[in-house]
Amino acid sequence: MSKERIKIAPEFFEIMPPEYQDLVNRATYGKEDRGWKDIGTAKELIEEHSLCAGCPESMAFRYILASLPNPEDTVMVGSTGCTSLVFPHVAVHNIHSLFGNQNAIASGLKRALTVRFPGRIKDVVVLAGDGATVDIGLDMTLQAWFRQEKFTTICFDNELYANTGGQESGLMQKGFVAKMAPVGKMFEKVRLPEIARESGCHYVVNCTVSKPSLVEKVIRNAVHVAREIGPTYLQLYTPCILEIGKNSMEGLQEMRDSEKPTERFAYKEYISEPAKQLLAEIAAKEKEKKAAAKEQLAAQQA
Amino acid sequence: MSQYRVLPGPEHFLPPAAASMGIRLPNPGEGHINGVIVPEEQAYEEAARQFLMAKVPTIFPGPLVLWAWNEKAAKKATAIKHLYETLKECVTPQQQAMLIPMPDYRPKYPKINPEVEINPNHPNLTIWHNKIDCCMFVGVHCHQANLSLKIIRGGTSCYTIAMCAQAGHEDAMLSFRDASVEKIMKLAEWVRKLKGSVTVSQFVSKSGSSN
Repeated sequence: MSKERIKIAPEFFEIMPPEYQDLVNRATYGKEDRGWKDIGTAKELIEEHSLCAGCPESMAFRYILASLPNPEDTVMVGSTGCTSLVFPHVAVHNIHSLFGNQNAIASGLKRALTVRFPGRIKDVVVLAGDGATVDIGLDMTLQAWFRQEKFTTICFDNELYANTGGQESGLMQKGFVAKMAPVGKMFEKVRLPEIARESGCHYVVNCTVSKPSLVEKVIRNAVHVAREIGPTYLQLYTPCILEIGKNSMEGLQEMRDSEKPTERFAYKEYISEPAKQLLAEIAAKEKEKKAAAKEQLAAQQA
Repeated sequence: MSQYRVLPGPEHFLPPAAASMGIRLPNPGEGHINGVIVPEEQAYEEAARQFLMAKVPTIFPGPLVLWAWNEKAAKKATAIKHLYETLKECVTPQQQAMLIPMPDYRPKYPKINPEVEINPNHPNLTIWHNKIDCCMFVGVHCHQANLSLKIIRGGTSCYTIAMCAQAGHEDAMLSFRDASVEKIMKLAEWVRKLKGSVTVSQFVSKSGSSN
């Protein structure tokens, strides 16, 4: 949708709920350099959500929505889980897929958008939990990567099925005991970032969401690479504080502890050669733009 | 012809779809009242009468008219506002005309604010809260209107009118088809014409609507 169409009929402006008025007046649609720093000063694309207090997933959601480079022309594909409770509150087009089907839906969607809107940028971003990405939906996830589908897959990795009470998932760490996995995980955590790299993803990152600037960087990179080159994959640690026995204030520390160099969410990045080239070009352009803006500012001050 | 009639509820928790009970949609130039096909002119008169009889006559504009996404939508918005203003002028001080938007179709968790909006997945909340006894849907996509009209018929005794831009709605108690700016303005004319000639319902039932 073009930004010009996001306009309330003047006759109805006053009766629209305030969040819609805010979205039109103060959201960051169409803003080129949008990012996490807009949080607090602009209207966020996420309304009050129903996730638990202190849930790291809600932080991740806010950073991601603030960082999408082109939200008015982005379609997000979600799957069953805590995220599906949030999507009704998100002001970005989104589709709820059957559990595990998200990458298959996104493949068809991306192709259809390319045919329907030739020459226009349309981004597709899959956002699903670890159960949908790695267990039930692994087939669809991998096949989309094998086919080099041009969209981003984001996995909110909380290392278990949180929404249904704590069952074991493929991304759970070995030995972990959960409420509904009392024996403890007997196998290693699936190494999906490595699998993604081998399956043809051009940009792969494994990290936590403790640092908003980092989340912004990887989201923008992943979307740009997917747009131009091929599939990208982000595995973001969003611990379920309830299921791992933490309280609402401990989510951030849990992520910080898990991203230490020897831990399972130590920052890990893989970029293919064509992706490296693309990202270098984008960085050079941004640098040029910043230099020009600086010069302009200096000229104005002089 | 089906003997089934689409009447104000509460009918059942899950009322049958009127189409499955043999109610058919009107042809161009026609409308339906309670499932009986009538000339469109008769539908205007009855819709205006129902509006003027109601204690809380309400218009629910949907996304197709709430957003000025093309010229036609913008014109319809003006016409709907005109209809609302006309209603406000024509009702007695005991009545309260309302204009409540349906800005979104997605179910909102944990809840909507029934004072300011209606949601097709639980329209009964807004009807109950505001004691709405007659409402008109306009600018709502057909599949969402169908869902909503059926829920309203199931759980409330509100009289429903559909000003549909397509082929009409069996599940409304009164339905127009091919809605246009002209048709909305014509309904406003009928409301003005019947002003003062209709008695307001006195009884308000528990489900928020008058009988």
